[in-house]
Amino acid sequence: MTTPLANYLILAALLFGIGLAGALARRSAVLVLIGLELMLNAANLNFIAFWRFSPHPEMLTGLMFVLFSIAIAAAEVALGLALVIAIYRHRRTAQLDRFDSLKG
Amino acid sequence: MESILKYLWLIPTAPLLAAGVGALLPRRLRRLSAGLAIGAISISFLLSCAAFLATLHSGRATSNFRWFDFGTTSVQLGWVLDPLGAIMAVMVSFVSLLIFIYSLGYMAREENFTRFFCFLALFAAAMLGLVLANSLLLFFMCWELVGLASYLLIGFWFQKPSAAAAAKKAFIVTRIGDLGFLVGMLLLYAKTGTLLFYDNGNGCLDPTAAAGLVASTAIALLIFCGAVGKSGQIPLHVWLPDAMEGPTPVSALIHAATMVAAGVFLIARVYPLMTPDALQVVTWVGALTAVFAASIAVAQNDIKRILAYSTVSQLGYMMMGLGAGGIAVGMFHLMTHAFFKALLFLGAGSVIHGCHEEQDIRKMGGLRTRLPVTFATYAVGMMALCGVPLFFSGFWSKDAILDAAHHWSGSQVPFYLGLCGAFLTAFYMTRQVCRVFFGKPTTAEAEHAHESPPVMTIPLVILAALAVLAGFFGTPAWPWFQNYLEGGRAGFDLSNLMNEHQLPVMLLSTLLVTAAIVWSGWIYGRAAARPARETDPLEVAQPTIFAWLQNKFYVDEFYDATVVRLTVAFAKFSDWLDRVFLGGLIKAVCVLALVLAWLDRAMDEAVVNESFDAGAETVRASGRSVSRLQNGQVQRYLRIIGVAFCGLLILLLWGST
Repeated sequence: MTTPLANYLILAALLFGIGLAGALARRSAVLVLIGLELMLNAANLNFIAFWRFSPHPEMLTGLMFVLFSIAIAAAEVALGLALVIAIYRHRRTAQLDRFDSLKG
Repeated sequence: MESILKYLWLIPTAPLLAAGVGALLPRRLRRLSAGLAIGAISISFLLSCAAFLATLHSGRATSNFRWFDFGTTSVQLGWVLDPLGAIMAVMVSFVSLLIFIYSLGYMAREENFTRFFCFLALFAAAMLGLVLANSLLLFFMCWELVGLASYLLIGFWFQKPSAAAAAKKAFIVTRIGDLGFLVGMLLLYAKTGTLLFYDNGNGCLDPTAAAGLVASTAIALLIFCGAVGKSGQIPLHVWLPDAMEGPTPVSALIHAATMVAAGVFLIARVYPLMTPDALQVVTWVGALTAVFAASIAVAQNDIKRILAYSTVSQLGYMMMGLGAGGIAVGMFHLMTHAFFKALLFLGAGSVIHGCHEEQDIRKMGGLRTRLPVTFATYAVGMMALCGVPLFFSGFWSKDAILDAAHHWSGSQVPFYLGLCGAFLTAFYMTRQVCRVFFGKPTTAEAEHAHESPPVMTIPLVILAALAVLAGFFGTPAWPWFQNYLEGGRAGFDLSNLMNEHQLPVMLLSTLLVTAAIVWSGWIYGRAAARPARETDPLEVAQPTIFAWLQNKFYVDEFYDATVVRLTVAFAKFSDWLDRVFLGGLIKAVCVLALVLAWLDRAMDEAVVNESFDAGAETVRASGRSVSRLQNGQVQRYLRIIGVAFCGLLILLLWGST
């Protein structure tokens, strides 16, 4: 008895929704980054699920894809956190709504 | 002859160069500027002497060159070397040289010493150019340049209002004559098609051309107008006495020896153009001027003014000599007069210098012992001017004129006028010498007068020697000068002196001169020591006539009342025309332009600007509203993207069903 694919997808969609809500609604840059990570992991979950239920699960394409994605996510988080720290040092805050110097 | 002809242009160019360089020199380089001028005039003098020697053996040589072309006509200028020009060049450069040297002493304390020598050199250049010009056009240009130099030098002390006014008067009065000259020149050009004097038979004075040329009295008289203005003949003589406002060396050089003689030289130069009728006019004008000016000189008190009127009178003699006797007679008097009148003026300058700038002869007296050199040379000049017989140049040259007038076919009246003038000349010169040099000093200045430095007295001595010697070159016994000008050989023949048509004139003039000197000496010799404020003995005897003479026959007043007033009235009318009529017209045009401009502005502001502003405002408003979207809030962008993505998804899903 295996869990059907739909369950995974629903979980992934929930995860994505939470991540999106976090990214859109949170003011702290760190929490926005966490939201972004959640969305990325939702996508990864989708990859794994679709791979597991694909006609040829013996080919490790999905797994490889996710491994790469995680590596990239790590790099992205490193970059994102560095940016947040740089901004914080500069402006003594990490609240995103305070950064509006690019407004027209 | 050929070689000197090649360098003839250097004679006027050397002083011109000195004037040009002098104009650029700073004020403190006094020695350099004077040295330049004197060096340049020395070069001119030496070259003139060489030219003169060349003309002794051969006649006339010319070198013409093209100045410019217009259309098919070319304007030619040129230099001419002939006895008339050569002797004149020697005289001009020599007198200039002496007067330049004299100026070193006379102007020693002058602040604008450099400027003075620059002007003097300019004058010398123009005068020498005039003398050697072979084209009436070049002659005219130099003629105007000497006029300019004269203007600049009369007004040298332009801080004095009288000097500035005198300079203006000289310039304007001579300009009246020059206008006639210019018109005459243009008529001559229209008639002959050339303004060159001599051009291998094609010039307007060449004998071959003169035969073809219908000699015109009108042209001759118009050219004579120029000479009247420049040489101070009646009725344009008024500027010359006023010109004495300039420094004394200038009076000597320009307004006695050289420039004023340019008019006489002009007539001598264009003599072939002078018709008998024109010569008649020349004679009459000359004779009248001779007496008129001499009589005025009798009643003047300014030492330089007396000499100025004397110059006018002597220029009248020259004109009379030209008209009645020919080139040689007039030119001979021009030469001798140049020497003794330059001498007299320089002597007067020495007197003025010695008396601390005093010019009134009533305030002098007794200077004989205080200025011995000046007195001796002045006496020589005075006797030469009076025409004391046998040993003084003025006697021979004046006698030649009187002799020519005596034998003139036109009328005997000029002869008697000439005798009258000779009498008056001797009278006023004796009066002047008595007042200045004899008797006792009348003022403290005269009491403490001092002799001038050698740099001033040596030119006086040289000129005095020439005032005596120059006469011997043109005596009836040895008419070297006359023959030189007319290209013949002179022989010595004492009997010419004694023949019956020379002797009576000589005796008569001698008698008159002696009478005048004795009479004047008798009147003024006694009066000399009297105080300055005392009236003149002549004034006591004949107050009315004396007043007329003292006021120069009221010629200036007459001109003021007629010519000047008319000119002023006309100028006022022109001014009115200019201000009211032309000015009004221009104002109307201006108002029209203003109205147009105002309309244009309104148009511009209301239509063009407003519409552009409206357009720009629309663009700006839209930009403003759109820019509100870009508020720099990254999350807001993301939200919009998310909403839009959802909207797109819904649309696609809805559309696909």
